[in-house]
Amino acid sequence: MSETIKVNGSDHLMPADARVSLLDFLRHYVGLTGTKKGCDHGQCGACTVLVDGVRINSCLTLAAMHGQQEVTTIEGLGTPDAPSDLQKAFLEHDGFQCGYCTPGQICSATALLDEIRAEWPSDASDDLNAPSLSDEEIRERMSGNLCRCGAYANILAAIRQVAETGA
Amino acid sequence: MTAYFKQDGPVDGAALDGMAQGVLGRPVPRIEGLAKVTGTATYAAEYDVANLAEGVFVTATITRGVVKSIASEAARAMPGVLAVISEARMTTRAAQGTAGEAPEQEPQRVSYWGQPIALVVAETFEQARDAAKQLVVEYDADTGVALDPATATSEPQEDEAIDMGDLNAAMQAATYSVDMTVETEGHASAAMEPHAAIAAWEGDKLTVHASLQMLNYNISELADALDMDETNIRLVSAYVGGGFGSKLGISEDVVAAALASRELGRPVRVVMSRQQVFQCIMRRSETWQRLRLACDADGKLTGFGHQARVSNLPGETFAEPVLQSSHFLYAAPNRSLSMDLVRIHRMTAGSVRAPGEAVGMPALEMAMDELAEKAGIDPVAFRLRNIPDRDPEGNLPFTSHGLAECLRQGAEAFGWESGTRKPRHRREGEWWIGTGMASAARVHNASEAKARVRLTADGRAEVETDMTDIGTGTYTICAQIAGEMLGLPMDRVTVSLGDTDYPRGPGSGGSWGAPSIGSAVYLACKALRGQLAKRGNIDEADLVLKDGAVEGGRSVADLIGGEVLEEIGHYEPGTNEHDYTSSGFGAFFAEVRVNHWTGETRVDRMTGAFGFGRVLNEKTARSQCLGGITWSIGTALTEALHFDPRDGHLANPDLAEYHVPVHRDVREVEVLMLQERDPLASAIQAKGIGELGMCGGAGAIANAIYNACGVRLRQLPMTPDRVLACLRD
Repeated sequence: MSETIKVNGSDHLMPADARVSLLDFLRHYVGLTGTKKGCDHGQCGACTVLVDGVRINSCLTLAAMHGQQEVTTIEGLGTPDAPSDLQKAFLEHDGFQCGYCTPGQICSATALLDEIRAEWPSDASDDLNAPSLSDEEIRERMSGNLCRCGAYANILAAIRQVAETGA
Repeated sequence: MTAYFKQDGPVDGAALDGMAQGVLGRPVPRIEGLAKVTGTATYAAEYDVANLAEGVFVTATITRGVVKSIASEAARAMPGVLAVISEARMTTRAAQGTAGEAPEQEPQRVSYWGQPIALVVAETFEQARDAAKQLVVEYDADTGVALDPATATSEPQEDEAIDMGDLNAAMQAATYSVDMTVETEGHASAAMEPHAAIAAWEGDKLTVHASLQMLNYNISELADALDMDETNIRLVSAYVGGGFGSKLGISEDVVAAALASRELGRPVRVVMSRQQVFQCIMRRSETWQRLRLACDADGKLTGFGHQARVSNLPGETFAEPVLQSSHFLYAAPNRSLSMDLVRIHRMTAGSVRAPGEAVGMPALEMAMDELAEKAGIDPVAFRLRNIPDRDPEGNLPFTSHGLAECLRQGAEAFGWESGTRKPRHRREGEWWIGTGMASAARVHNASEAKARVRLTADGRAEVETDMTDIGTGTYTICAQIAGEMLGLPMDRVTVSLGDTDYPRGPGSGGSWGAPSIGSAVYLACKALRGQLAKRGNIDEADLVLKDGAVEGGRSVADLIGGEVLEEIGHYEPGTNEHDYTSSGFGAFFAEVRVNHWTGETRVDRMTGAFGFGRVLNEKTARSQCLGGITWSIGTALTEALHFDPRDGHLANPDLAEYHVPVHRDVREVEVLMLQERDPLASAIQAKGIGELGMCGGAGAIANAIYNACGVRLRQLPMTPDRVLACLRD
């Protein structure tokens, strides 16, 4: 088993307690609290992170299972000094209110754009071999990320802007 | 200095509109937004505190009774376990909004299934969570506990009752009438951030980082629970991950963390699990409502009856105020309104976004739709015909009243087809398609509020108050008001919120946050303008400030002359509260499709038009409305708390089983906001807006379902099974 786990490019010591979820590892051991705990049961998407570029719910997996992989959190996508295009678009379109689901939404949206480029289909795809970026396609792919403030329409606008203009 | 203003009448509207900076009302992005989108905003559980111990709650598995014993030896022997706490001062419910005193304590006395009875504290969360499962609890459980609202003991709510004229006679004499009952199920706030607290003591001084909406009340509630002096307590809630009523009152985690921290002599964090948040905080009561409406041949209402039954635990005074808007929304000379509160042992009922109107307005608007149909009148025209000139019960004048304008503008933007309406007039494949509408109304309140505004030597402004921003936009609108008044661009204003070391704000609740704290910031800035005017030998009314300088003259920094100027604005509502009826108004329009074979409903598009006084920030205000409309969709179609009839336990206490709207449930949404000023609503002519967007919206969807497929369900939510059971071939 790996002794360390790589988060946003830096190595961190694996926790001794095998019960530590990837989510709690990030929040309690690494001190990266941008990844949020909303339900701890894979129901809300607030804890979404990228593992080797693919989005997962970090509450549903143990830190110990990711020793050989690259974990990217919201802090790894951009910073206040150098935010990512999606982070800027969320700000511009008011794609959030309380901000608690926001890191998960942005991590999901980041992965979503890659999934479309890779032509992964979804339930909303008209053509399973070449999904297009329709509003319904974005809504379907974002439906694992709950937002109780109800910023969905603005989140859609932010993602659409980045998908269409690349910024 | 303190600039105090008690509002006993209309304010002069010219002041704010005459400023030169031009930032107020604009769609300025949230000033704290960059922190939120980069994951650097710090929420309650996220402070980096050394030597932190972790607490996990253990909750009751009986409905009512007494905890006889808790065998904790096995748990205490587990690695890392520090303490098992079940002391009498622990609270067992969240406080109701604006309580200002401790809620129920003594965890040994159980009054609902899921109530906290103990806290296990360990070095790590994993250790505490594991140990919490090892406690062996013995109960003395009561039998025959009341659980069914239909049969439980009922208490009439005298304050809510009104009888004018003779409703029965009006019903008999009416050309058209409806007499119908509507039932709605309970709701959960389900804010995304679970309740959490980190408590730490330094001697007698307690600091708690918590997720709370109303620190101005919460500090008194915590002081009362711990029998402490408020001056020894500091509460911090700089970022709150949603509240929707669930964080109005102090929650169990705050008190338990404080007690555990005192016992262990080190900081303790308590984060509720999602299931505990569902079970231990607040539910919106289920409601039973009877609507009786009578009108004449011209569609003028002659009789208006609204009767409601809601529930709560014994000892709780809160009763879901279902009738709130019914008292004034429509004119009718013969009126009968009444409400009963029944006592059952389900978890605490309290405020969930738009308490009262969220379920009362849809029921009323469903009845209005049925009556309009009977009378053969377009539902928009029917409502326009029944808007009262004055509050029909108190005979008070209204402050600004935008209902008619919202109905007209909303109908036009939506493309509402007026005229005779027939259900089942449009079908596309498996789907019936139809439209529906409803009025929106939510009472406006303002509250006492204080804020400090400081002009620094370099000509920047700093705003400080213990008011919170729960996603509503408080940070940004405070900066806009200060920037507008003091002639400063947004990057020269900082706003610090959510800390009881600052002056007391109004708290976030009842939609009164923005008008109240905005008024306090406005008053402080107005006083600062007075100081600047004096220094520049100008009359305050003639002082034009823009981009940090007197227009065509000295800079603000120069006027300040190396000093720091400071004012506290103190706003209080006065006789305006009693001399007028004040409400936000609006109109909802919905187009839905209902599947003929599955009974599924999809909301294809919704338009909401709202009038709520001054729009402080076009972007954040619109987002509030969008959020309300999203909640309307949940209320109409999916949201329902289900309680086990045997023991009253909440059977769907998580986000997998309690269905809030997701991205794909929310399609086209359009928001219109009237350009309005309400000089009686607050010193900044603004009303509240956080709740209005969901007050009636579910009714528009229900009415659209009828128009689409011909099913008149008188039950919310309108889930596929319920719709399908009524769909004819």
